[in-house]
Amino acid sequence: MFSIARCLTLGLQFLTLTAFFSTASGHAKGFEDSMAERTRACTACHGDQGRAGPDGYYPRLAGKPAGYLYNQLTNFAQGRRHYGLMTRLVDPLSDAYLREIAVYFAELKLPYPAATPSATRMPPAVLLRGRQLALQGDASRSVPACTQCHGERLTGLQPHVPGLLGLPLDYLNAQLGAWQTHQRQALAPDCMAQMVERLNSSDLIAVATWLSTQSLPQDTSPAVTLPARGAVALPVCGSAPELKTAP
Amino acid sequence: MNRPRIGWWFAGIGLMAGAALVMAQFIDGVDVSAPATAQATPSPETLDKGRYLIQAGNCIACHTARGGVALSGGRAIETPFGSVYSSNLTPDPATGLGLWNAQHFWRAMHHGRSRDGRLLVPAFPYNHTTLITREDSDAMFAWLSHQPAVVKAPPPHTLQWPVGTQAALAVWRTLYFKPGLFKPEAERDAEWNRGAYLVQALGHCAACHSPRNALGAPGAVNDLSGGWMSGVNWTAPSLMDNAQTGLAEMPLQDIQTLLQTGKSGHHHTSGPMGEVVQYSTQYLKPADLRAMAVYLKSQVRLTPDASETTPPTTMRRVMPDVQTRGAAIYDTHCAQCHGEQGLGMADAYPALAGHRAVLQKDTTNLVQTVLYGGYPPATAGNPRPFGMPPYILTLDDKDIAAVLTHLRIQWGNHAPEVTPLEVNRIRASQGGH
Repeated sequence: MFSIARCLTLGLQFLTLTAFFSTASGHAKGFEDSMAERTRACTACHGDQGRAGPDGYYPRLAGKPAGYLYNQLTNFAQGRRHYGLMTRLVDPLSDAYLREIAVYFAELKLPYPAATPSATRMPPAVLLRGRQLALQGDASRSVPACTQCHGERLTGLQPHVPGLLGLPLDYLNAQLGAWQTHQRQALAPDCMAQMVERLNSSDLIAVATWLSTQSLPQDTSPAVTLPARGAVALPVCGSAPELKTAP
Repeated sequence: MNRPRIGWWFAGIGLMAGAALVMAQFIDGVDVSAPATAQATPSPETLDKGRYLIQAGNCIACHTARGGVALSGGRAIETPFGSVYSSNLTPDPATGLGLWNAQHFWRAMHHGRSRDGRLLVPAFPYNHTTLITREDSDAMFAWLSHQPAVVKAPPPHTLQWPVGTQAALAVWRTLYFKPGLFKPEAERDAEWNRGAYLVQALGHCAACHSPRNALGAPGAVNDLSGGWMSGVNWTAPSLMDNAQTGLAEMPLQDIQTLLQTGKSGHHHTSGPMGEVVQYSTQYLKPADLRAMAVYLKSQVRLTPDASETTPPTTMRRVMPDVQTRGAAIYDTHCAQCHGEQGLGMADAYPALAGHRAVLQKDTTNLVQTVLYGGYPPATAGNPRPFGMPPYILTLDDKDIAAVLTHLRIQWGNHAPEVTPLEVNRIRASQGGH
């Protein structure tokens, strides 16, 4: 319950802060000792509260599974992902602090922006192929559907598997390309690298394009349980032990 | 008497003397035949001391590759002559120190030579490690020998010929290296001498904080007059020039806190010094850090060369459009944290008004900070640091030059304009890893 006492406390805090800053205007404005303040270096590119960058490239952080975010931070620190700006930011930070940052963004339950699925000039056949890969996979190539690991709604799986919706096409293409050229890696065994290896470039473009045109479901939170098993066995993932399903 | 003939005699004698000096590089009198098995099992105290000394030497920073096991080597150290890859210090027999004994290790530390007598590349700062006592060297080796072995051969160095050859190294050493132990100064107290030992020997501070010559030789082990670090493109300020650091007025406790936590009031460590705090000094005993601070303070010159630090009295006027641009960028991107009056926020964001780092003649570190942003190291004393975003993608060279110029002429600050060229020099070099 949002009690009167809590209202009063907040009000008092606000008054104290106002009083403080009106006497010390040369200092930082509206400073508050919070994780939001401590992660300004992140949100400058990844958007306010990690809602995704305004330039259509930097991915959203808010609400992604904490284990996934933490794995990415350590991937940058340990050279499994390569992006100089990220690497320089995470290098001086401790494991405990990286975890705290990951959990902070994971727990931000913010609505996604109004669904504006990107328009595409791709032929319908490409989109169809993309949809097929995402929802059914390709048994002839031992590729399970994206939904098998990334959740039925494609919003990810707790705690290590990311959602695939609401991401810019440029970002999706760049990531799949990076898996192909081994520029992006995950903890061994690197299951995503195996999946990408089994697909050709046109398949990757098809699936990325289809994903980027999907609107988000009502419930954007990552799934907590795996969907029923499909025709293709799931790979073993060093970065996501939860994918080890019961037989 | 035939004059030219005498000339030839002298030249011949000179050459032979020179050759003898160079050849002497391969003689060190270390008996490395002592079998490894003869070494007694080290006591827990020795192992603990060894671990501590390895930390004090910040060995881990260079001897660990990104994502690699600590001390298993393979990190590229960029030099103007090519890359040097650090060696594997874990006790693997084939790729690490597994076949070494304490004598071999001492030979490396004191004489800069490998187990087989090869002259080591001076990216390994053996002009500093030569000062380390035999007892300390043995403790370090004992601890290293008790770590898990990692099989990992470092890639071969990519030094331009003939820089990495034994002949070239022998000549270089004749010119710039002389083995010798640390000699305490009798007229100084034990604390000062401990500090001097840590700074000059293990800490190898002058490896960055002294200027290097064209052959890559750093200054003397006690030369802390500042240097440009070509590999990463940062500047290590002069620790002897008070105008650059303010060490003379800084209380001992503040220097100690800065080295222990990476932050002290409005002073923050970043870049390569942040790495030193992260991997080394944060783990040192307060008494040792205090001793280092005592020694460092004793080295400060109060009357620096005026041309280095004080801005010229007739400073070029900053063009009004640069001033306007700088002020506008400051309001948009900087004022939120650093304050409209550049007063910052204690414990989070440094004040820019009167901050020595803002006023340095050399703007390398300022430009690095704005281009790449960053966090001070997360340490036990500052576990959750506040950080600064990178601006390399948001602001162009002219913007960054203008906003840095703005900082340097506001709030009583008085330092020369920063040019877009200075910004571009660092942006184009990618400023390190």
